[in-house]
Amino acid sequence: MATTTEPRRDAPERSPQRDFRGGRDRPVGGFELWSWLFMRISGLLLLVLAVGHVLIMHVQDDGVGRVNFGFVATRWASPFWRTWDWMLLVLALIHGINGLRVITLDYVRKPGVRLTINMVFYVLGFTLFVLGSVIVFTFDPSKWPGYVS
Amino acid sequence: MATRTSKKKSDYGPIYKGHEGQYSWLFHRITGVAIILFLFAHVIDTAVVGWGPNAYNRVVRVYENPIVRLLELGLVAAVLYHSLNGIKILLVDFFPSLTKHIRIMGIITLTLFLASMAYVTWVMGGQIIDLIKD
Repeated sequence: MATTTEPRRDAPERSPQRDFRGGRDRPVGGFELWSWLFMRISGLLLLVLAVGHVLIMHVQDDGVGRVNFGFVATRWASPFWRTWDWMLLVLALIHGINGLRVITLDYVRKPGVRLTINMVFYVLGFTLFVLGSVIVFTFDPSKWPGYVS
Repeated sequence: MATRTSKKKSDYGPIYKGHEGQYSWLFHRITGVAIILFLFAHVIDTAVVGWGPNAYNRVVRVYENPIVRLLELGLVAAVLYHSLNGIKILLVDFFPSLTKHIRIMGIITLTLFLASMAYVTWVMGGQIIDLIKD
């Protein structure tokens, strides 16, 4: 097979005897390479942020059974947890929506449909980013006296 | 031109007979989609905390349902699988020479996943049983 130096645009050409000992395919450059790198770096951070979040909120003690307004108020009294939750929000949204974009590249062939689906996710993601950020940074339980334990 | 070896008939059956990696790829995708779809809902339900205790406590009361708690167990499983398989992906992508050990890495990933799920199911299962008893 002739060697090709063309950057991959869509599905790469694969031969049946493809040898993966040299490692898996990686985008050759541009936006897709940054996307590839972002997925791996954010994935590394999410290993701590998301797995930690899940173990603390859903497994430890009584799990989600102990979560209520007072629990959130106590937890978010600490800037550490507000920062943790905000970083988790941002990284998980971008990581997840970029993942959805990669999946639509695989399964949705028509450019118009692909763009429409992705735009829905981008707009939804941005809206949730704004909503989540506003709540994480402006939440003030003293507006409801008597509920802070 | 690469030489082509002839394919056995069993290579073309109705059921895919690929490497284990194909399944870990598929599960990575499925768990990823499940997690992001849950996240969309989860940002909104958490944001309700900004509308005060009455609103928020009413929202989190959905977790008093054992079936919702089983779905929650599935969510934890999805996050753990995606994370452990993600470690495998990071390792082979940043250290390509490890690719020749991909099979054993897949087995280790699956073992760690099943072991952690045994523990998590024990803990969360206990919470669900307590919930049903109350």
